[in-house]
Amino acid sequence: MPSFVIAEKCDGCKGGDKTACMYICPNDLMVLEPNEMKAYNQEPDQCWECYSCVKICPSQAIEVRGYSDFVPMGASVQPMMGTEDIMWTCKFRNGVVKRFKFPIRTTPEGEANSYDDLKGKDLSSGLLSTQEAEGYELKAPTELA
Amino acid sequence: MALPNKPVGELKAVREPEVEKRDVDVLIIGGGMAACGTAFEIKKWADDDTKILLVDKAALERSGAVAQGLSAINTYIGDNKCEDYVRMVRNDLMGIVREDLIFDLGRHVDDSVHLFEEWGLPIWKKTDDNKNMDGKKGQKLGTLKGGATPVRTGKWQIMINGESYKRIVAEAGKKALGDDNILERVFIVEILNDKDDPSRVAGAVGFSVRENKVYIINAKVMMCACGGAVNIYQPRSVAEGKGRAWYPVWNAGSTYTMALRAGAELSMMENRFTPARFKDGYGPVGAWFLLFKAKVVNGLGEFYAGNDETKIELEKYAPYGTAAVTPTCLRNHLMMKEYKEGRGPIIMETSKALAALGETMDKKELKHLESEAWEDFLDMSVGQAGLWCATNTEPEKKDSEIMPTEPYLLGSHSGCCGIWCSGPDEDWVPDSYKWGYNRMTTAKGLFTAGDGVGCSGHKFSSGSHAEGRIIAKSMLQYLKAEGDKVTGFAETDQELVDFVYKPVYNYLDNCEYTTAEDVNPKYCKPAGMAMRLMKMTNEYGAGTGTFYMTNGKSLEVLMDLFEMFREDLENVAAGDLHELMRAWEINHRLYTVQAHTRHIQFREETRFPGFYYRGDFMGQNDDEWFCFVNSTYDKKTNEWSLKKEPYHKIIAD
Repeated sequence: MPSFVIAEKCDGCKGGDKTACMYICPNDLMVLEPNEMKAYNQEPDQCWECYSCVKICPSQAIEVRGYSDFVPMGASVQPMMGTEDIMWTCKFRNGVVKRFKFPIRTTPEGEANSYDDLKGKDLSSGLLSTQEAEGYELKAPTELA
Repeated sequence: MALPNKPVGELKAVREPEVEKRDVDVLIIGGGMAACGTAFEIKKWADDDTKILLVDKAALERSGAVAQGLSAINTYIGDNKCEDYVRMVRNDLMGIVREDLIFDLGRHVDDSVHLFEEWGLPIWKKTDDNKNMDGKKGQKLGTLKGGATPVRTGKWQIMINGESYKRIVAEAGKKALGDDNILERVFIVEILNDKDDPSRVAGAVGFSVRENKVYIINAKVMMCACGGAVNIYQPRSVAEGKGRAWYPVWNAGSTYTMALRAGAELSMMENRFTPARFKDGYGPVGAWFLLFKAKVVNGLGEFYAGNDETKIELEKYAPYGTAAVTPTCLRNHLMMKEYKEGRGPIIMETSKALAALGETMDKKELKHLESEAWEDFLDMSVGQAGLWCATNTEPEKKDSEIMPTEPYLLGSHSGCCGIWCSGPDEDWVPDSYKWGYNRMTTAKGLFTAGDGVGCSGHKFSSGSHAEGRIIAKSMLQYLKAEGDKVTGFAETDQELVDFVYKPVYNYLDNCEYTTAEDVNPKYCKPAGMAMRLMKMTNEYGAGTGTFYMTNGKSLEVLMDLFEMFREDLENVAAGDLHELMRAWEINHRLYTVQAHTRHIQFREETRFPGFYYRGDFMGQNDDEWFCFVNSTYDKKTNEWSLKKEPYHKIIAD
């Protein structure tokens, strides 16, 4: 189900510091054609349809069409990312439409606590930093063979 | 025709790339859950002047197996006992596992899950009256750490709203390590050994997939955690659908190959995973089995898993086959039996399952249930949702086919291939399982986590993260004790550039010879080589084409084909940086799948029926083969060595 870029909507992320889809694709598939300033999927048969490019595109220019070797035509699954939720629109080949909304995170983006001030004490122990800080006791197995 | 020939990709490769050198104490190769765990943990233990560098082939925010998201965390111990976790993994993997590594993982994994929740991952909760709340609404019930009850789909799994799982985990890792210590879009292709002590690692080399630049990195200690191996066997799909692999298609076996070539011993590489999933879309079936209690029937509509014949078949594989939970490979084996005896296809009765649940639910609850079913796909396998839409499959009305996939190699999910690693240095760990630093491979200074650690499956996303954190400490212990013994590698800059950019030279030297750049007798292209590799493994190495069957003679043929393939890779050509990445990936895939099939060749029994069969050695032979199989490779002489390694039972039955 490779991603494709709608020519009219893609502006190559002109205003941004990087081409979003090219930045994010885990398989290095999305590239910018520098003359037209538009992105495209350079290797559709290696697309995992992870939707990373679809979700990140600031112009909603990227969608996905079913793999040509087993997916009948006419359906679409399209997300809309929010800061707390994701909305999905699933269109069936026969016209049925289903919409779903799911939470994606409970903290504001950038607020994940990385415990920068936490310093471990005993490097030789088997405890992780947060375990050590909380006084966790490292268990050894008791039901031995 | 548009002569002269030009590379297809936008970022053309040049003959003389820039060289960037780095000198660090700790090198983290990889960017998935394990590497993010290390990134989070390491600075909490390192001295302020310790130089740490993380190098990721992709972008941390969406790299690795969790890029797309997940709908569940499959390992959360909670109120269970770590001993029971070991028993579950041991039984699922047919008895031969490293119980020290599994137990160690079990006592750390929950700490990572608690962090995920604190960082913002929505985790479902159970209310006092046994209702499921999603991760947002469930917040009012408190946190797992504070004692709230997760929604268990099985004994070990908990449900999440995990679309942004990786983004959240990467964010914490990135913040903890610092942007300046992270290189994205750099593909490390080879680990380098110490010039004075080749049993030690001293650095690594790779290249940028964004600019013509080779990175040469000196490091005193390092971890290699780049996932498992995908597209090493012909997938069931034939064209575009090759990308719809069950495991992430960008996992190229780099973890195993780089460690192997650095001298590390691999273990249980014969193990593989061929998960039974919804056909073609490869969407998850766990929620359907565990949460919705759906049943599978054969083509005749029979619930074959419950009949007498199945019981007799499973008794052949006692004690694993007769355990309360049938091991994954044997569930596949039963399915294969149905296919081979003409009773396919295998159908999951989603309609009956939802109807049964509907009998006790009101309309609103049913609607919620439908949403949960779709979220299972949309969180981690969107393509399956697309396939259901395209085939007008509403699961309450139309059932779906399930089928075991092509083989994958991995050590973190329900498989256990990987690298032979030291266990924790504690009294209860047998001597042959430990050599000082937890999760260090047999190459000094080289550590691994996640898919890299062999013989300890079922750690999944949370366990991989926890394991990455464990080795953050181990690596620093090594650095402190032995860091000054590292003297650097022998290779010169030019030798390393020539090694990494050889495919570019092959292209530039020969591309004008013919009028079409793809067909040229002087070189081979990565795309063609990928097909060639998958064809040979499928036909001779127990792929789907033979219902996962192979034998000694087939494997002998395969080894000859591998050798010519390896020689031909000297002529692989890359005209652009994307193609150079593919050229190196196919190289990594070759060594990994070769290790896999050499292990199958060496182990003269069928330890994992349903995953693969040795036609000449059907059934398990515990007298001869109740042991690990370990292998090494000498890259100077191109010689493989395989041996048996004793298994020790640590946890009582």
